[in-house]
Amino acid sequence: MAEIKWPSAANRGLIGKSISRIDGPWKSSGRAKYTYDQGPAGMLYAKLVTSPYAHAKVTAIDTSRAERLPGVRAIHIFTAVGKEVNWEGHEVVGVAADTEELAEDAARLIRVEYDPQPYLVADTDAQHAGPGRFREMSPRKTGDPEQALQQADVTSEGTYGQPVITHCCHEAHGSVAEWKGDELYVWISTQNVSGLSNEYASALNIPATNVHVDCQVMGGGFGSKFAADSWGVAAAAMARKAGRPVKLMLDREVELLSAGCRPSLHAKIRVGAKRDGTLIAWDSESWGTAGMSGGGVPQLPYIIQVPNSGHRHTSIFTNIGPARAWRAPNHPQMCFLTMAALDDLAAKLNMDSLDFFLKNVGLTGERAGVYKQQMLMAADMIGWKQKWHSRGDKTPGHIKRGLGLSFHTWAGGGHMGYCRTTIHPDGSVEVATGSQDLGTGTRTVIGIVAAETLGLPLDAVRVEIGNNKYPPDGASGGSTTVGGVSSSTRTSATTALNELFAKAAPSLGTTADKLEAVGGQIRVIGDPSKSIPWKKACAKLGTTPIVAMGQRNFSLISSGVGGVQMAEVAVDIDTGIVRMEKMVAVQDCGLIIDMKTAMSQVYGACIMGTCYALYEEKIMDQQTGTCLNPNMEFYKLSGLDDIGDITVHMMTEDSYQDRGVIGLGEPPVISPGAAISNAVANAIGVRVPELPITPDRVLAALGKGGLV
Amino acid sequence: MTKELIRLKVNGETHELAIAPNKLLLDVLREDLGLTGSKRGCDDSSCGCCTVLIDGMPMLSCVALATSYQDAEITTVEGLARDGELDPVQEAFMSWGGAQCGFCTPGFLMTTHALLEKNPDPTLDQVREALASNICRCTGYTQIYESVLAAAQKIREKRKNEIAISK
Repeated sequence: MAEIKWPSAANRGLIGKSISRIDGPWKSSGRAKYTYDQGPAGMLYAKLVTSPYAHAKVTAIDTSRAERLPGVRAIHIFTAVGKEVNWEGHEVVGVAADTEELAEDAARLIRVEYDPQPYLVADTDAQHAGPGRFREMSPRKTGDPEQALQQADVTSEGTYGQPVITHCCHEAHGSVAEWKGDELYVWISTQNVSGLSNEYASALNIPATNVHVDCQVMGGGFGSKFAADSWGVAAAAMARKAGRPVKLMLDREVELLSAGCRPSLHAKIRVGAKRDGTLIAWDSESWGTAGMSGGGVPQLPYIIQVPNSGHRHTSIFTNIGPARAWRAPNHPQMCFLTMAALDDLAAKLNMDSLDFFLKNVGLTGERAGVYKQQMLMAADMIGWKQKWHSRGDKTPGHIKRGLGLSFHTWAGGGHMGYCRTTIHPDGSVEVATGSQDLGTGTRTVIGIVAAETLGLPLDAVRVEIGNNKYPPDGASGGSTTVGGVSSSTRTSATTALNELFAKAAPSLGTTADKLEAVGGQIRVIGDPSKSIPWKKACAKLGTTPIVAMGQRNFSLISSGVGGVQMAEVAVDIDTGIVRMEKMVAVQDCGLIIDMKTAMSQVYGACIMGTCYALYEEKIMDQQTGTCLNPNMEFYKLSGLDDIGDITVHMMTEDSYQDRGVIGLGEPPVISPGAAISNAVANAIGVRVPELPITPDRVLAALGKGGLV
Repeated sequence: MTKELIRLKVNGETHELAIAPNKLLLDVLREDLGLTGSKRGCDDSSCGCCTVLIDGMPMLSCVALATSYQDAEITTVEGLARDGELDPVQEAFMSWGGAQCGFCTPGFLMTTHALLEKNPDPTLDQVREALASNICRCTGYTQIYESVLAAAQKIREKRKNEIAISK
C-alpha cells in the first residue's frame, strides 16, 4: 500500500529534477490560445468609455448616437447617472459592435457629462491630504524607542518611499463571453478558474451551475486577476443582450489606469545602534495610499525585531486608482524601507553592511540560521568580500560600482483544492483539477507529482486544468498553488494507485500493501522479479476506470521561507543612469517539485524587482488628477539589455526539502528593490531615497552629497 | 471603410483578402488568417509581442498596414516549424525555459530567428542588443538569452553537418 507522503530523496525519479514545462511546445509554436486569442463565430468586440476625471459625479449619459450606428449590438452602463467615478479610467459605459474599429467609433459617439469633484492623487504628504482623506492607524510600540534612540551610540534618520506601481500584465484583463441558451461560457484571463462561478451567477441571475469558465494559458496576473470584474460581467451581459459572443479585453491605457495598483509606502525612519553595531532602536512614521480603500497596515520594521521599536501609519485615500494584490502584497515596500534605513545606519557605523546584518541576524527569530547560511552563500556567489568598499566608489571615472543586500520571508502554504485521478483500463491516466497555470509551471508540477506517484514517465499522464468543470481548486494567490495542487494530486494519485494495487495483487500472489509502482511496473516491494507491467495491471480493471479524489493535504506541505539577495550596480554619475550588473538570489522553498520552473520563478522575480527598483512608477499629476504614463512607452519595464547576470541558488539540503512543498511565486520579488537601492548608495555614497531610482533622482541625490 | 482586395504571402502561402485599407497587419494575421501567435501587448509599439518577419527583417506588425506588404514574404511564429518539426530556436526556448507565461514568446522567437539567420554566432552582447526591444514581464531574461545562445550553437552544428554531408 502506497502511503500519502513524499518519496525520500533517493527515491525521487522526477520530483526535484530540472524538467521542461509540458506546455512548452504550445508556447513555442504559437499554438497556445490565450483568452485574447479566442474568437468564437459571430464574436463582437467591446470597448469602454471611461472617466477622464479623477473624481466626478456622472450627470448625464447619452448613448443614442452610438445606438444608431449600424453594427452596434449592445450597450452596458457601468456607472449610472448620479453615481461617482473615483479615478481616471473608471469604467462608465461599454459598447459591443461587429468590429473593434466600429466599437471604438461607437464609444466616441457616447456622450457622458460629469460634475467634477475634489480629488487627490498625490500621496507624498499625509498631513496635507485634507479632511476625510486620511486615517491614522493604531500605533504599535515595543520597549522604549525614544529612550533607546537617546542611548544609542550611533543613529541614522531618513525618509524613504516608493510610489504606486501597476501590474502591467502582458495579456490585459479581459474575457470572451458566449451564451448557449441560458448557459454562459467564458474564456477569461484569470488566477481563479474555480472561483468565478458565483460572481457571474449573482451578477447575471443564473445558477452557478450554468457558468463555464476556461483559462488554459494566461499572460500574467501577479495578483490582479482574481475576479471576473465589472468588465467581465459586462462582456457576459452584452453577449446576452446581443445574442452573440462578446470579447472585452482592456486597452493598455485602461489596463494601467484601472486594473490594479500596488499601494505606495513612504516613511520617516530613525534607527539607532551601539558602537559595535548591535541594533537597539527603531522608530517609523509611515504613510501611503491604496486608492480609496484603506489598505493594510505595514509591519515595520520588516523581519527584524528591534528590541525597542515604534511605528505609526497613516493611510491616505486617493484617486490614484484601485489597489489590487501585487505579488507579495506589502512585503517589497516594507522590505525596502527597512533594509534601506538599516543599511544607512551600517554606513554611519562604518560597518560593512554584510557584517552589520550578520551581527543582527539573531533579531529575525526562528529563521536566523537560514538567513545566516543564505547570506554567507550569497556573499560567496557575488564575491562580496573582494568587491565591497565603504560608501562611495573612490575609483576614478564616472562609472561607480556598489554592492547591496536584502532578505525576505513569505508564508506560502497551500490553498484548498481537489484533484481527481482517473486510471483507465487501457493504462492511460488523467489528472484533473480546476486550477490555473499563470506561467508558473502549475500544469507541469501536477504532471510530475502524478507521474512520480504512479511510477510512470511524465508523458504518460494527461493533465487537465484551467476549466471549472474539473474538481475545484483555489485561486492562485499568496504562493499557495504549488502546495495546494501538489498535495491534492499526490493524495488522489496515491489513492487511485492503491485501488489498482488491490486489483493487481492476486495475480502477483500477494496483497496490496506489499506492492509498489516503479518504472512502469507494479511490483512486489523487495522482490522486483515479481512484477507486471502497468498496462497489464490496468487491464484487470475490466471496463470501469479507477477514479479517486484527493484534497489539499497539510502533511505534505509547509509554510514560511527565507531568501537573501545581493545586487551589484554600476551608476553613471554624469547621467544618473543605474545599471543592474549582477544579482544573486538564494532562496528556500521547501521540497522543490520542478527545479527548472522553480528557478524560473526566481529569475522572473529578479527582473520584476529590478523593474520596480529602477523604472516603474504610475506618475500622477495633482494639477489634473490624471496619470501621465498610461502606456508602455513611458510606463517603463526593463528590456534584456537593461538586465545584468542573475544567479539563482535554491536550498536543497534535506533540512529544507523535508519540510514539504512551499510556494515560491512571491518571496523572490520582495528583496530586489532594497538590494539595488543599497547597492546604489554604496556606489555613489548617498542614498537615493525614492524608488524607482531614475536618473533625475540619482542626480538630485548627488546634488545633496555623496561623491560629487 | 470600403474594403479592398489584397494579396498577402504569409508563411509561404498566398492569401487573397478583402480588408479595409487601414487595417493593421497584426489584426489581419490574427482575425482574417487566424494566426493568433502574434500578440498585441502594448498598443503603442513598445513591447515587441507582435514581431513578425517581413522579408526576414523583424518588424512590429501592430504599426504596419497590411496593404503595404503585398509584395513581401511575411513569416509568423506559426511559420517557423517545418513539416511539423519545431525549428532550433523553438526547441531551445522549450528546453532552456525561455517561455514562462509565453505571451511574449512568439515575438522573441521571431527576433531571435532573424538575428541567427544573419549571425549564427552572436556574442552575449549582440544577443542583448538584438532582443532589447522585446519586453518580457515574467520569465526573466537569463533563460531567454541562454535559449538564444543554445539555438545558435544548434544552428551552427546543423550547418556544419550539412556542409560535411555535401562534401
